[in-house]
Amino acid sequence: MRVSTRSLLCPCVCLCPTRPCGPAAPPGRGRPPALPGQRRWERLRAAMSPKGRKLLVDTLTRSAKHFTKSEVECLIKLYDTLVAKASRQFAGAGFDRTVFRDTLYSYFGMTDDMVLDRVFIIFDKDNTGRITVEEWVEGLAPLLRGTLEEKMKYCFAIYDLNGDGYISKKEMFEMLKHSLLIQPGDEEPDEVVKDLVDIALKKMDYDRDGKLSFTDFEKAVRDESLLLEAFGPCLPDLKSTMSFEQKIFREIPKK
Amino acid sequence: MAKQESSMSKEPAHKKNQHVEGAEISGQSQSLHNLTEKTECEKGKTCSTGPTDQRSKPHMKWKSSGISASQSGDKVRKKYSEGEGKSRAGSLTAKKKASGKSKSVKIQETSKCKASISLEDSESSSETDEDEHPVRRQEGGSDLSAEYWGIQKLAKYVKGGDPTATLIALCSMRDFDLSEETCQLAIKDTGCLEVLINLLDTEEIKCQIGSLKILKEISQNILIRHAIADLGGLEIMVKILDSTDTDLKCLAAETIANVARFKRARKTVRKHGGIKKLVELLESISVASSYQVKDTETVRCAALALWSCSKSIKNKKAIRKAGGIPLLARWLKCSHANILIPIVGTLQECASEPSYRLAIRTEGMIETLVKNLSSEHEELQMHCASAIHKCAEDEEIRDLVRKHEGLQPLSALLDKSENKQLLAAVTGAIWKCAMSRENVLKFQEYKTVETLVTLLTDQPEEVLINVIGALAECCQEEENRGTIRRLGGIAPMVTLLTSTNPALLVNVNKAVGGCAMDPENMAIIDSLDGVRLLWSLLKNPNPGVQASAAWALCPCVENAQNSGEMVRSFVAGLELLVNLLKSNDKEVLTSICAAIANIAKDEENLAVMTDHGVVPLLSKLANTNNNKLRRHLAEAIAHCCMWGSNRVAFGEAKAVAPLARYLKSKDPLVHRATAQALYQLSEDPNNCVTMHENGVVKLLLAMVGSTDDILQEAAAGCIANIRRLALATEKAKYG
Repeated sequence: MRVSTRSLLCPCVCLCPTRPCGPAAPPGRGRPPALPGQRRWERLRAAMSPKGRKLLVDTLTRSAKHFTKSEVECLIKLYDTLVAKASRQFAGAGFDRTVFRDTLYSYFGMTDDMVLDRVFIIFDKDNTGRITVEEWVEGLAPLLRGTLEEKMKYCFAIYDLNGDGYISKKEMFEMLKHSLLIQPGDEEPDEVVKDLVDIALKKMDYDRDGKLSFTDFEKAVRDESLLLEAFGPCLPDLKSTMSFEQKIFREIPKK
Repeated sequence: MAKQESSMSKEPAHKKNQHVEGAEISGQSQSLHNLTEKTECEKGKTCSTGPTDQRSKPHMKWKSSGISASQSGDKVRKKYSEGEGKSRAGSLTAKKKASGKSKSVKIQETSKCKASISLEDSESSSETDEDEHPVRRQEGGSDLSAEYWGIQKLAKYVKGGDPTATLIALCSMRDFDLSEETCQLAIKDTGCLEVLINLLDTEEIKCQIGSLKILKEISQNILIRHAIADLGGLEIMVKILDSTDTDLKCLAAETIANVARFKRARKTVRKHGGIKKLVELLESISVASSYQVKDTETVRCAALALWSCSKSIKNKKAIRKAGGIPLLARWLKCSHANILIPIVGTLQECASEPSYRLAIRTEGMIETLVKNLSSEHEELQMHCASAIHKCAEDEEIRDLVRKHEGLQPLSALLDKSENKQLLAAVTGAIWKCAMSRENVLKFQEYKTVETLVTLLTDQPEEVLINVIGALAECCQEEENRGTIRRLGGIAPMVTLLTSTNPALLVNVNKAVGGCAMDPENMAIIDSLDGVRLLWSLLKNPNPGVQASAAWALCPCVENAQNSGEMVRSFVAGLELLVNLLKSNDKEVLTSICAAIANIAKDEENLAVMTDHGVVPLLSKLANTNNNKLRRHLAEAIAHCCMWGSNRVAFGEAKAVAPLARYLKSKDPLVHRATAQALYQLSEDPNNCVTMHENGVVKLLLAMVGSTDDILQEAAAGCIANIRRLALATEKAKYG
């Protein structure tokens, strides 16, 4: 299947599905200026010959680390399906946030909007606003089969909203503010959430600096594994992982 | 998306929340009220037993004041738990809502039942554990501890948050020292316990795990255990055993192990199919592949749970029916001590059932048990010894223990005298094994008797009972009687005759009796006043003690110097002895007859006993089918005939005809004793007539040809007497 690898030049994570909010890309099939690393990548995808495909699979198997070659093939197939669905709506390579969120919801039952946004941002390493096949496979690796270290890094990245290497109280507040059922006649609802934030901090802030560094987070998770997704579910649970793997990797060809 | 759902359902939840608030507040004030009430109670009198926790105390109060009051109580509870269910609507699945409702009904029912049967919980049971409903110890003032407030704050988040917030709160709760009673009770009083159990009923695995981690710790507290069972926690935990998550299953099993320490909980586990599931968990992986800690964790936790549950007799049967025995046998072969200990613990509990003993024998478990006696873990050694102790009731198992060279490690373990539990188990095993003669001979090789004698002093009662029991069995061998004497073991034994523990006394009597079979020992016993002590034990209310004392008196009387005088020296002793013939216990009667047979060999004593009415009392017993009693009774009658007109008296008391029937029994010892009795009785002509009428001659004729000399003589003598009488009658008739 031939898919064009035109990428939108809009690096902002806006939600506009059809047009970049920057200067409009010329219609037709002109090649926009490539971002670094994109050229090789485009060549690989654009070729779409069996050899090109094989090269892609090899590259991804190496970089994603947790999947076998046949599993990577299946993931690419899935990606293509999703992209095809997306392409029907608009031109462009890869699929965007909406499709991504729908996908994660339908396969993994993940519903929290804020978390899903963060996951998208993490998947989308080059900040193009669209998920390429490389980002797709490499992003799924820690989700489905990550070691504890990888999962910790992943979750920490999700919770660190501004990416400064620390989870601050403000960020915790943002993530937890919808977690509590505020009762009428309670003190200020904000206070209730702030209390919870304090509790979490007390539990996890080992160096007592008022914010969670990765070291703090890691220590806390090693001590109590339930705290891995402390601020919101961002990993698929066992059941959905298993059913996803069963469904998608079902057609692994027997060698 | 779920978020939108939550905002919509918030509205209706609002209304319910008000109810929740109301109930919560009233609940809180109730608890404070209760606390002050309780402290007043403390000051004045001791509070009666009965559930004193927050939930049911008001319930009981209202119950006594009328139906309407109790109904209103129920309503408050219903709203409380319903409200809880609803307040989580936005966050958790709909399934939970339904279960929340049904839970409220369940809670009402169980607490109602609880209120009525809480006092009956303390029925006697064979297991010595906490069946009475625990009474809450009250601390002094109405000051609620800091832990209470901390936990209450966290409880708020657990109750009113989504899984994320719940998890954070649950993890923080574990920072409290959950092994401390104040924290445990705080969790209960803040109503957090109900929430924790409700969490178990959800589908959120992480919340279930978080909740179980806490429940596992706090269920060490007896009040909490009862509360968990009352709130229906056990059923849910049993359901969780079906889950696919290993951590969850392990935690559930371990918590069940902690909670199932009282009878009602064990019954609940069984009723909900828990035993079957636990046995299935044992099957989950094979022994050989199990060198990862995680895999064997499931087995370890399941074994712990089965161990707790196996204390109930019905559960032992259930384990067997679920196919547990081969699995236990399989896991017995593994080498991890932390799995072995609960497995052996379970086996040891179940070994009181004959079906288990049979399986233990046939599945070759004795060999492994013996092997583990040499393990380095003292707890493991203790449980293995305990298992052997219980199994060795069966002779085949005693033989197997010897064959697998188990006697030597048992003997060696006697040196570990600091660990009293281990010592008790080992001495118990030695005691039961010593019931086989070959084993006693083996023990002699290992100088076990010597070690046992050193353990006669300064030991706790459980150890002493077994030590004395073992020595009693060893005394059946002559050599050991001498050994005990040489090592000065007789004096401590006689001292123990003054103890008050019936089980101990039974064994001591047997031991003293065994030693008394040696005349030199008898001299020592006599000098220490042992016979008087034995005799006074005849007054003990426990029939087992009476019987064993009487049995011990037999060799004493036989072997003592001047035994006739000795017996006469006990004031009112013979009267006491004869009066015991009125007892209802067969063993007592048998032993007294044996004693009387011995004592009656002295003429003066026989005269005294006759004065006390021994003849009618013996005659009354004659109508019995019990062979052991028949034998000793016949012996007693035979000896008692030797005084004055007792022969005639026996005839008048109608003892002769029943005696004749004894000859029809199959027991040769009965024949011998009966023949002797009949011989003596036949000196009186009237008795001969009775005997002849009862067809004695034919039976005795057959016995004349027996190989037993005494029987031959007695039978022949009796027939001769009958014949002589017949001849004399004929002569008199026909001149």
